Amino acid sequence: MTATTWKFTAKEIVEKPELFTSGHRACAGCGSAIALRQIMKATRGPTIVTNATGCMEVVSTIYPYTAWKVPWIHTAFENAAANASGIEAALKAMKKKGKLHESVDVIAFAGDGGTFDIGLQALSGAVERGHDFLYVLYDNEAYMNTGIQRSGGTPYGASTTTSPAGKVLLGKAQLKKPIADIMVAHEIPYAATASIAYWQDLVRKARKGLEVEGPAFLHVFSPCPRGWRYETNKTIEIARLATETCVFPLWEAKEGDYSLSPQSKIIAMKPERKKPVTDYLKTQGRFRHLFKGGAEHMLQDIQKIVDKRWSRLLRRIREGS
Amino acid sequence: MPEYLPPGTYFMQGNKALTEAAVTAGCRFFAGYPITPASEIAEHLATRLPQVGGVMVQMEDEIASLASVIGASWAGAKSMTATSGPGFSLMQENIGYAFMTETPCVIVDVQRAGPSTGQATKAGQGDVMQARWGTHGDFASIVLAPNSVQEMFDLTIRAFNLAEEYRTPVILLSDEITSHMREQITVPPVDQVVIRERVPPVDGEEFFGGALVPPMPSVGEGFNLAVTGSTHNESGIRFTADAKVHSTLVSRLVRKIEDAARKLMDCETYNVERCDVGFVSFGCTSRAVYEAVEMLEKQGINVGSVRLKTIWPFPEKCIHDLAEKARVVIVPEMNLKQIFYEVQRIVNGAAEVVPVNKIGGGEMVTPEELCFVAKESVEKL
Repeated sequence: MTATTWKFTAKEIVEKPELFTSGHRACAGCGSAIALRQIMKATRGPTIVTNATGCMEVVSTIYPYTAWKVPWIHTAFENAAANASGIEAALKAMKKKGKLHESVDVIAFAGDGGTFDIGLQALSGAVERGHDFLYVLYDNEAYMNTGIQRSGGTPYGASTTTSPAGKVLLGKAQLKKPIADIMVAHEIPYAATASIAYWQDLVRKARKGLEVEGPAFLHVFSPCPRGWRYETNKTIEIARLATETCVFPLWEAKEGDYSLSPQSKIIAMKPERKKPVTDYLKTQGRFRHLFKGGAEHMLQDIQKIVDKRWSRLLRRIREGS
Repeated sequence: MPEYLPPGTYFMQGNKALTEAAVTAGCRFFAGYPITPASEIAEHLATRLPQVGGVMVQMEDEIASLASVIGASWAGAKSMTATSGPGFSLMQENIGYAFMTETPCVIVDVQRAGPSTGQATKAGQGDVMQARWGTHGDFASIVLAPNSVQEMFDLTIRAFNLAEEYRTPVILLSDEITSHMREQITVPPVDQVVIRERVPPVDGEEFFGGALVPPMPSVGEGFNLAVTGSTHNESGIRFTADAKVHSTLVSRLVRKIEDAARKLMDCETYNVERCDVGFVSFGCTSRAVYEAVEMLEKQGINVGSVRLKTIWPFPEKCIHDLAEKARVVIVPEMNLKQIFYEVQRIVNGAAEVVPVNKIGGGEMVTPEELCFVAKESVEKL
């Protein structure tokens, strides 16, 4: 299969066919739908998509419409990676037998519930076996489709319907699972974080994930106006703030070696550019209880967590270089 | 918020009534995983259980949910999980485990249209047989089916009591309509609610045999406790090759529920003694039967009804009694004949058994449809 021959300019991306089209019913301002549309622009040719239960599965195929212009399989919640394993193994067998002559890419899309929680076993198994596929986690940080319940991807302090902010507990009491690091620890060929705010970086990473031989994992930050409680026109702004505050730094890891992507590299080189987490938190209703007085310690905790994870990432990058 | 819902009348959603009943029954541990149309149960309990010193844990999937419920039950807490069809499928292994280890717990299945993801927001009644036969091996289950918000409250309390009384998992088989419906309910004073507590063993008593329902210790009470889903003897010691130990254990586990079938039987009956046409229904579908009965009576048809509040063990006597008089037995359900064949088996030719089945879109069988079938059947007599 040919390596990257295009440059991911706006013009080139626009000229690529839309494979995730209009006709879906995502909410206004949905970050995940933006992610899917952009990632499908990175495909190289024939592509099969397997989609775990979740927001994108539901909104993209509401009768009589479908937003998919590629073969698409919806699997039960926990099964996207295992389903992709079967597809990829079958394609490989058909090639071996001479029944299939062209290359076919396999992409699994799953949300944070389907990845951090119920689907982690299948994902871990699939990448350990080394299937050649791209797994995309569109992370909106809770079970939005069933009514905003917390997930392993929900950040510390966020209020959800099953981690409600009250007088005693101020939102989720646990940390967000460092899922992309967990995937790097599997020593897969390619793992990366990406954000819908940086479309060029996102598309490039998706393409890299498809191009590597073996499993690739892409963690895409996808704000959700309904669940995070903000105006629908703020999605990209909030996604950008997540990276600018180092709440969600952008990096990639090839064969376990980390390197920062440009948007986060700038902050590493010029630490004064790192914004305080409150700039990000105060934009969203799910953190509103932290700004009502009496929760200053939580805000400090969140800053500490972000700082700690950021410096750990920088340490890993130094080790890699 | 007080520990128990104060007595009085309330206007409440089915799933919420269930959570209040669970708190009243003594449930202090809930573990679950988000799924429509059961999510409200976890959401209410996320707020409610901490108020009464209980714990709500959201797990990573339904397998883990029931596994942690089983763990909490052995730690001494009355425990519950709630899900819908896809999650209920994942729980089947642990339902068998809870049965084999005689772990009291309550499993709520708010049925939606299946199989697989099916129609997530639409009611169904297709999990009847899964609740009976879903786990592998020889098995007997206790399954209750509410048809109103009041029964979401009452039968939840009964479910906890039966779980303790028989030391077994009890399944509360609701459906999207009954769970999401809002109705008036009457909540009795807590001291008038019969609540069954766990009986711990005295020294020397066996906790996996001996008595038909052995007493149950909790971990940390000083007993030498070994709990296993493998075949075990009366002391809990594994015997994975011995025929007699397996036969003794599993026969007793099934017998303790089968022998209690008469006691567990719970049917609401109407005009069973005199009717020409009888309905057998359960859950949301029975609400259409109420109206159909009224409509048919106005038209001079002698009609009766049996509503199953306990589905498993199957209340054979209620069906028998109906078939003695009725010449036609109509079985409406939102599945493709799951209760029908059971009814046919019991009726055994004594009356004509007519299925009325409707699946998909959450559309209920209507009173008009039932009237049509009833009149058509009467004309054929």
